[in-house]
Parts: sequence; structure tokens; C-alpha cells
Amino acid sequence: MSDHIVPRRTYYLIFAALLVLTAVTVAVAFLDVGPLNTIAAMSIASIKATLIVLYFMHARYGSRLVWVFLGCGIMWLGVLLALIMSDYVSRGWTG
Amino acid sequence: MTETHPGLLHHFDDAAQQKEASTLGMWTFLITEILFFGGLFAAYVVYRTRFPEAWAAGSHHLDITLGAVNTAILIGSSLTMALGVHSSQIGRNRLLIAFLILTVVLGGAFLGIKAVEYHHKYEEHHVPGPAFSYPGPIAGQVQLFFALYFAMTGMHALHMVVGVGLLLNLIRQARRGRFTPAYNTPVDMIGLYWHFVDIVWVFLFPLLYLLGRH
Amino acid sequence: MIQNPQATRTHYLNVNYGIRSWLLTTDHKRIALLYLATITVMFMLGGLFAVLVRLELMTPAGDVVMSETYNKMFTMHGIAMIFFFLIPSVPAVLGNFLVPMMIGARDLAFPRLNLASWYIYTIGALFTLYAIVSGGVDTGWTFYTPYSTVWSGTNVIPVAVGIFITGFSSILTGLNFIVTIHRMRAPGLTWFRLPLFIWAHYAASIIMILGTPVVAITIVLVALDRLFRVGVFDPNLGGDPVLFQHLFWFYSHPAVYIMILPSMGVISEVTACFSRKRVFGYGFVAFSSLAIAFVGFLVWGHHMFVSSQSIYASLIFSVLSMVVAIPSAVKVFNWTATLYKGHISFETPMLYVFGFIGLFTIGGLTGIFLASLGTDVHLHDTYFVVAHFHYIMVGGAIMGYLGGIHFWWPKITGRMYSEWWGRLSALVIFIGFNLTFFPQFLLGYLGMPRRYHAYPEEFQALNVLSTAGASILGVGYLIPLIYLVWSMRYGRPAPDNPWGAKGLEWMTPSPPQTHNFTETPRVAEEAYAYSSPEVPVD
Repeated sequence: MSDHIVPRRTYYLIFAALLVLTAVTVAVAFLDVGPLNTIAAMSIASIKATLIVLYFMHARYGSRLVWVFLGCGIMWLGVLLALIMSDYVSRGWTG
Repeated sequence: MTETHPGLLHHFDDAAQQKEASTLGMWTFLITEILFFGGLFAAYVVYRTRFPEAWAAGSHHLDITLGAVNTAILIGSSLTMALGVHSSQIGRNRLLIAFLILTVVLGGAFLGIKAVEYHHKYEEHHVPGPAFSYPGPIAGQVQLFFALYFAMTGMHALHMVVGVGLLLNLIRQARRGRFTPAYNTPVDMIGLYWHFVDIVWVFLFPLLYLLGRH
Repeated sequence: MIQNPQATRTHYLNVNYGIRSWLLTTDHKRIALLYLATITVMFMLGGLFAVLVRLELMTPAGDVVMSETYNKMFTMHGIAMIFFFLIPSVPAVLGNFLVPMMIGARDLAFPRLNLASWYIYTIGALFTLYAIVSGGVDTGWTFYTPYSTVWSGTNVIPVAVGIFITGFSSILTGLNFIVTIHRMRAPGLTWFRLPLFIWAHYAASIIMILGTPVVAITIVLVALDRLFRVGVFDPNLGGDPVLFQHLFWFYSHPAVYIMILPSMGVISEVTACFSRKRVFGYGFVAFSSLAIAFVGFLVWGHHMFVSSQSIYASLIFSVLSMVVAIPSAVKVFNWTATLYKGHISFETPMLYVFGFIGLFTIGGLTGIFLASLGTDVHLHDTYFVVAHFHYIMVGGAIMGYLGGIHFWWPKITGRMYSEWWGRLSALVIFIGFNLTFFPQFLLGYLGMPRRYHAYPEEFQALNVLSTAGASILGVGYLIPLIYLVWSMRYGRPAPDNPWGAKGLEWMTPSPPQTHNFTETPRVAEEAYAYSSPEVPVD
């Protein structure tokens, strides 16, 4: 990982963005938009996480190997969730 | 192979290789944590799909204000942590120590608020187990929600406590002048760990507090 | 009279004496030997329980032990063998010793973490031992809920804690290997020049990293459920016991690939050496290791076909389970092609290779029967399953482990073992193994269920054969223990490269010095650059 020094201004900007996103997600929670609530909440959380990973955790300036590792980890979590849910979602089907 | 700085270990060829190895190692560890928490998220998703009503009811009984404040506190602690790493990169040791202390304080504040929330749950008989009590036919499912609430936030809090411990040790080492712009790997690595624990909360907050609000 | 040259040379075994120099070592080679000692103890413990199981099963009636005790026997046999022997075996002993050497490094990336891994393993083992001596556990190694969380009156929590702790040993070992292989290869050692042993350990490490944490959190949930009655898996509260099975098998199926992949790495090394030929289809074998690691995570539901898992999910898992056999078959074909027109010799390690290839193939093929939904309904929870996994884990993984121990024994100890005794015990193990487990295929097909201490009379003959085989197998495992230990003192001093093998580890003295290489090697040739069969052996 390169020793690129991220300027402090970037950190403050990201911090502000994270706070704004938190406020947005709380506000949206009080609206009733059906399934969109979950999608919005998870999307906002993913964006926040991405910002933290990219800037606070320096992934933006780091080696590509770290990206691959991170991607694999997230994908594996996806595999866990998807295959488990494939059981629960389809249990009620005929057959 | 000569000692170029106090941190270089004998089995590495140079400081760059050592730092790369440490970084890759910490990221690999964080990935194991993704899967570790992932098991809890899987249980959450399964049961939420089955019992949406109980999940909404349980979520309603959590204090959204305290949760939101805690989220802001934790994001703030990530900022101070990142600024601490930055300070070590430019050789400002006193600033590094200040930011590390600030991070510990914010982390402690988070845990304090969590303790308050847990206490509320205890008083309302929402702690799962023999003392649990909730009116209505979906009580069992609501207990499931709270079981996962305590398991997920509890495991997260445990990771925070470990993080605070690591930070305190880091402060001790920083005060002895261990970190320089040439060698700040432990600060960097513990920073990664701290940010990861923050990210876990970034997901826990909406999943537990927000999804039953309306 | 020539002095023993080793008496004057300093190497990793004699550089320091005393128990502190071993218990506080960060030398990966010494840590490998620490693991060798502790996993051998756990192997003997697991073997003891197996003896008791087979003793009970000699007669149809449950007359040696009570059924509750029998349940504890097979449970503790499984736990000791899987978590405390098989999973660490090749990686923690041979992997720890060889991974740095094979890539030209002085140690693993994180030597102190490596030592910590061993301590974590040992502490976990001690917890489990405590649980065993204070009453045991009877849930089966799979500790399904709600029996393990609600009904079992045995020491579930201490064993759960022990396994939880030991899991971190596995995770940290995998982490160490991955970072080491990525960041510490010698100059010129590109990925496709690496020994296949390294590829195998890399793939197994991926599984350790990604799978073990899930079983760890599952154990936490089981403990919470049992201690606080919170009901995560309790049907009375809306919990689903099958969710436990999903989370458990998400790790425990890939775990079997943690057990087999490193052994397969051994097979590649030994086959190439004793055929004097490079491994056929190197790229295929390398990628098949990664494919096994990846696809191995997608098949866990085949343990749950009769659990009330949705039939549509079962269909997906069934197809994927067929697919996962393909990369394993690729390896078997490639090893066979390596042998073809090779200059083959039958040293002890090679005998274990032949045993592995044959027995692993049988075990793998019988896995296909079980992957097929319709067949599995009849074979699930019968002795067919027991035979299947023992063919893979014992006929496969343990044979690979023993072959590797013998192959690298001269490098590790600086001594040669007795070739005669080595070949004899390989033969005894092979015979004993088949006599033990082949009848179990028949028993399972005929319907004998597993985990029962009593059975219908008509199954006795086959059970007696199986128990007879087990006694032979037990003897077969004891013999190497004796001659290998004997050789450490009285064996002929080993040359640097007794087998004429390729690989950086063979370019060091036997035993190696603490830092492996006096200067970092530079690699310019491909892996397994053995001379062709037409040219005399070098």
C-alpha cells in the first residue's frame, strides 16, 4: 500500500458527507415507501461504507490486491446470504 | 540486510515489504470479520423475511435518537482516527496522541450510550431469556428480534472494547516516540480495524433501528 | 572413523536447547514440530474413541457401553479427528515447515502470529479435553440444534468454546500463508513457477479465511441459545433449527476441502519426484485447487437434503455438488498422466500416493451417489455416508499426510527412516483401511443407520470384518510412530536431497539452518524441472 498522504481537507469532507447521509437515512425511515425503505437504507449504508473504505481506509490509494480481497469477502457474504435465502424463499412453492 | 529503522523484522527484505505484508494481513483479517458478522446478518435476514411484523415491532422499541447520536459519534471517531494516522505520517507525535485520545473518548461515549440503551431494554423486560416479556401473540418472534439485537450489537461492542484497548496501547507506545513518518504501521493497521468496526455499525444502525419506523 | 557432520553444524534443531527455546520460538520449522506433537496426541485420542466405537459394533446388541455413552464415543471421535487432527494436519505441520522454504523465504510473514496460532490451538484442545474428561458430549460432531441447545445434558459449552478458540488458530494460519505467498516469494518465483503444494495451501487458506468465521459465530449463537435460552434456533419461539444447519455446513463442507487440498498438494510433489517428471497439466492442477475452494462453498446444502430444506434449493445444491467433483477428477487425471511414461520408483511416500489416488477416487465417486437427491434420501445417515467420508479423509487426506511426513522427514529431522518398515506399514494401513471401511459401503446400502450402538443381526458379519480391519489399521498407524521416533536418534543421517527432488527446500541442508537460506535464492527454472525419462536420473 502506497504511503500516499491524504490531505486533511478530504477527511473533513468525507466526515461531513457521512453525517449528511446519516441524517438522510434517518429522515427517509420516517416516510412510508414500502420496499423502497429497505432499498434506500441499504443503499445509503453501502455508500457510507464505500466512502469509509475508500478514504478513511486509504483503499483508493492502495494496491489492487486489497480491492480483490475486499471484493471476494463481500462476494462470499453474498453467497452465504443468497444460497441460504434460496432455501427460505422457495420453501412455500409447490412441490 | 541492515536495520533501517527500529521496526524492521529480520525475515523481511526491507521496510516496504514489511508494510505491504502488514497491510495485506490486516485486510485479510478484516475479511474474516466480514464473514464473522455475516453469520449474524444471515440470521437477521432469514428471520426478518419470516417475521416482518415482529421485526418492525422490535425496531420500534429501540431509541432512534440514541442510535443516531451513536452513529454520529462513531463516524466522528473514524475522523479522529484518520486524522491520527495522518499526524503520524507527517511526524506530528503530540497531535497523533491527541487524536488517539479523542478517538478513545468518542469510543467510550459510544459504549456509554450503548450501556444506557441496554439498561432501558433490561427495565422493559426486552432482554431475551426467562425474564423476557412482551404482550401479544408474536412475543416469541419479538424475542428473536431482541436476541439478534443483543447478539449483533453486543458482538460489535466487544469489538469496540478490543479496539479501545488497542488504542490505549497505541497511545502508550506513541508517548515513547515509537512512531515516525518512516514507521507508523501499527497506527495505520489499528486505524483500519477501527474503521471496519465503524462500518459494521453503519449497517447495524439502519437494520436494527430504522426498518420499522413508519 | 568419520564424525557425524551434523555434530558440528548448527541448524534449527540444535541452535538452542531447553523448553523455553521451543515454547517461545518464532521459527516456523520449530512451530511445525510443536504442532506435530500436539496433533499426534489428538489423533491418538480420536483413535481411542474409534476403537471403542468399533468394539461396541462387533455385536448387534448394545452390550459394551450404554447408548448415551456410545453417543459420546462417536461424537468425541469426530470432534478430535476433524477439528484437532485433520484440519491442522498437513497445513500446520508440513505447510508451516515448507511454505517459506518452498518460496525461498526466511520465515512466514508473521512468525509471532504463527506461534500464537499454536498456543490458540493448544488452549482450544485443552478446553475440549477438559470437556471430555468431565463427562463428554453426545451431540455428534455436528451438534445440531435443538438437541445441542436445549435437550443435551452434556458438556456442550466447554467443547463449543474449545472449538471456537481452535478455529482462530486455523484462521490465523490461513492468513499467514496467504500474505506470505503473496508478498514473500523469492525473485524469479512467479505464480506459475510455484510448487503445486503452494497452490494447494493457498486455496486451502482461502477456505480457512472465509469459512471458519461463520462456524465461529454459529458456535456463539448456540452457546447463547443454550446459556440464556434466547431461542435463535428454538422452534417454540419461531426459530429455525435448519438455519443452524445452513450456518454450520457453510463452513463444515468447505472444511473438508481444507482437509483434502493440502494433502493433494503433497501428492503433486511426491508424484513428480518419484516419476522423475513434471506434473502433467500444471496449470490445470493449479486452477483446480482454486476451483475446489470456490465451488466447495456452494454445495453445503447436500448435507441437508432430508432436513426440510426446500427442494428447489436442494436441486441447486445437488447440481453444484456434481460440479465440484470435476476439479478433483482433473487432478486425478493429471497425476495419472504424470505417472505415464515416468521413471517410477516405489519408495514409501510413493506407496502412500498410490493409496491416495485409488482410495480418494472411490471416496469421490461415492460422493456423487450422495449428491444425487433420490439416492441420498435412502443413503443419508447410513453407513454409506460414513464409508464415503472415511475413504476421502482417511484413505485420502491421512495417506497424503503420511506420505508427506515420510517424504520430508529427512529434511525435517536430518535422518532417514527405515524404508522397509515404511513400506510395510503403508501396506498394513492400506489393507486395514479397506477392510475397515469397504464393508461399511455395503452396510449403508443395506440400510444400517449411523450413530446407533445396536443393529439388526443380519449386519453382524460385515461389522465384524470392519472391526477386524480397524484393529489392523490401528496397528498400521502405530508402527510409523515407533520407527519415525526411533529414526530421530538412530536413523542414518540424511543428505541434503535424498530423493533427488526439485524444489527450493531441497537446496538446503538436512536439517536446515534457522533462517533457511544463507542468501535469498533466485529462481530461473520452471517447477518440477526433472530430466526427461529417456535421460538417466540426475
